[in-house]
Amino acid sequence: MAEKILAKDKLGGFLEGLTSKYEVYAPQESEGKAQWARLEDTDKALWEFSNTHMSPKEFFFPQSETMMRFKNVQDGEEGMVMHSEPGLGDKRLLLNIRPCDAKAFQVLDLIFVQDEMTNDFYWRDKRENTTLVGLGCSDPCPTCFCTSMNCGPHSTTGLDALLVDLGDKLLVKTLTEKGEALAEGLADASAEEIAAAEAQQKASEEQIESQVGMDQVLSREVMELYEAGHWSRVQESCLNCGTCTYCCPTCHCFDIQDETSGETGRRVRNWDSCMSWLFTMHGTGHNPRGTKLDRVRQRFMHKFKYIPAKRGGEVGCVGCGRCVQLCPVNIDVRRVVNDMNA
Amino acid sequence: MRNTYVPYPVRIKKAEVATEDKMLKSFWLEFLNEADAEAFDYMPGQFAELSVSGYGEIPIGIASSPTEGNDLLFTVNKVGHVSNRLHNMKEGDIMGVRGPLGNSYPLKDMEGKNVVIVAGGFAVTTLRSTMNWLLHPDHRSKYGDITFIYGARTPGLLLYEDEWRSWRDSGQANVNITIDREAEGWDGLVGFVPTVTEQVAPKPDNAVALICGPPVMIRFTQPVFDKLGWQPEQIVMSLENRMKCGIGICGRCNVGPEYVCKDGPVFTKAQLDKLPKEY
Repeated sequence: MAEKILAKDKLGGFLEGLTSKYEVYAPQESEGKAQWARLEDTDKALWEFSNTHMSPKEFFFPQSETMMRFKNVQDGEEGMVMHSEPGLGDKRLLLNIRPCDAKAFQVLDLIFVQDEMTNDFYWRDKRENTTLVGLGCSDPCPTCFCTSMNCGPHSTTGLDALLVDLGDKLLVKTLTEKGEALAEGLADASAEEIAAAEAQQKASEEQIESQVGMDQVLSREVMELYEAGHWSRVQESCLNCGTCTYCCPTCHCFDIQDETSGETGRRVRNWDSCMSWLFTMHGTGHNPRGTKLDRVRQRFMHKFKYIPAKRGGEVGCVGCGRCVQLCPVNIDVRRVVNDMNA
Repeated sequence: MRNTYVPYPVRIKKAEVATEDKMLKSFWLEFLNEADAEAFDYMPGQFAELSVSGYGEIPIGIASSPTEGNDLLFTVNKVGHVSNRLHNMKEGDIMGVRGPLGNSYPLKDMEGKNVVIVAGGFAVTTLRSTMNWLLHPDHRSKYGDITFIYGARTPGLLLYEDEWRSWRDSGQANVNITIDREAEGWDGLVGFVPTVTEQVAPKPDNAVALICGPPVMIRFTQPVFDKLGWQPEQIVMSLENRMKCGIGICGRCNVGPEYVCKDGPVFTKAQLDKLPKEY
């Protein structure tokens, strides 16, 4: 919507302004990694990092989240009535989110909020009450393949504003009303400054060497991909450990459990994983995805075939490369997709 | 907008053991709030999550028909943590119901056609709902011949006996009840559901079949329909898969791109033929 300029010598005051209005979270160094944390000291926000160790999906879809509370008494009405947890109180702001992670929220919006019935209160509430400020990526990892996944190092999808580092200043690209509110009072960017940001975007995109093809995956029948021979090779090394699902910014499978403690109880949802044998186990003992092959295939088919088939072609992967970096047996999603596409 | 995860509070109006092995128990539930009863607008074939605080939720097919009023009937098999607790609950207790969930049988598309209903074991629940809908005075004339085939291992495991006897006695449907082996005091049909289906030989012309039962029954019943000339588009089946959210998000019940909880549980055989057999 607009391009503004924020001089870096004014950055401290700008961030102080943000922390007075929002609960601000930003990537900060912790245990040698870039990790998301509450921004208590504005000097601690990281401006040079490839990507955060874990994705910020936890801000909208926590590892463990209380959905409802109840009194743990078995007699009487009071004990059996569920009380939904209230929504997010304070307004939140995520600063320096990478465009791939922001794109993941847009993909998840299509899943969590589909229609009147599938309208996830917990997801929606946090999305509505959070402002996303991106930071263009100028140092992609060798494992990044965002440009193959409807995304890119300067993609604006899902963001309220995107910051581009121009050395002694930041270009602030406002994208929504939430983003505009942040840039109030900043000067307009000049044509040269806009051109510099565009040149940086191009240079970043050119640094991304991994290219993954998706055209055949999208056009082929489900059963042709499902029955392909390469799954037996993928499953050979897979441990079904679930690391790829937990670090993934778009993986969203969950479990719902009741917990009780004394006179109180709560209904909680927790991250779950299609890699788990119990995930699909029926009460009868029958398991529709009983083998390791079934489970590892499910993850890739879900992301690259089932989500596109159901959600207007959108892919359930943003090319962040975390699963490539963290897989203990070096299963590389880029190779798997290229095999699916071959 | 309402938080769709929050169950409606309901009271157990009646609870009774439904089979002689005591594994199945029927629960009639009444809504505590009139507005909730109105919001729970369902059709035969749909299911709901039964919710017991401190124990969790289980997806169960709705056995009552909307033609029977606001109260809901569920017949629950005692197999797990929640269902065991539910079996121990008594009349007057309060619990929760979340739904209605999933799609329903294609009752509108079935109008003007003959209907064959094949049920095995306690999968008969949503088909009880369907039979009550079809035989209701407002609906019966919209459908042609109705053939009901229902089997259980023993007479003591047959559900809803008073009702299928009344459907049979009224002459409004061709009702075939069978048990697996001869049993003392049983003078009805004996034999597995596929065998009885072949004997009854429902004709495929202008007809729809609704089949629901354990996988082994379905596996042996399908070839019978094939032999009788039925097309995959005419065969409608209801799937069961492990579920949690019930609204197509949590990711465990999907069969290919379809979510059993939201896009199903009702699918035609033609639809299922194009999907992985992950059910």
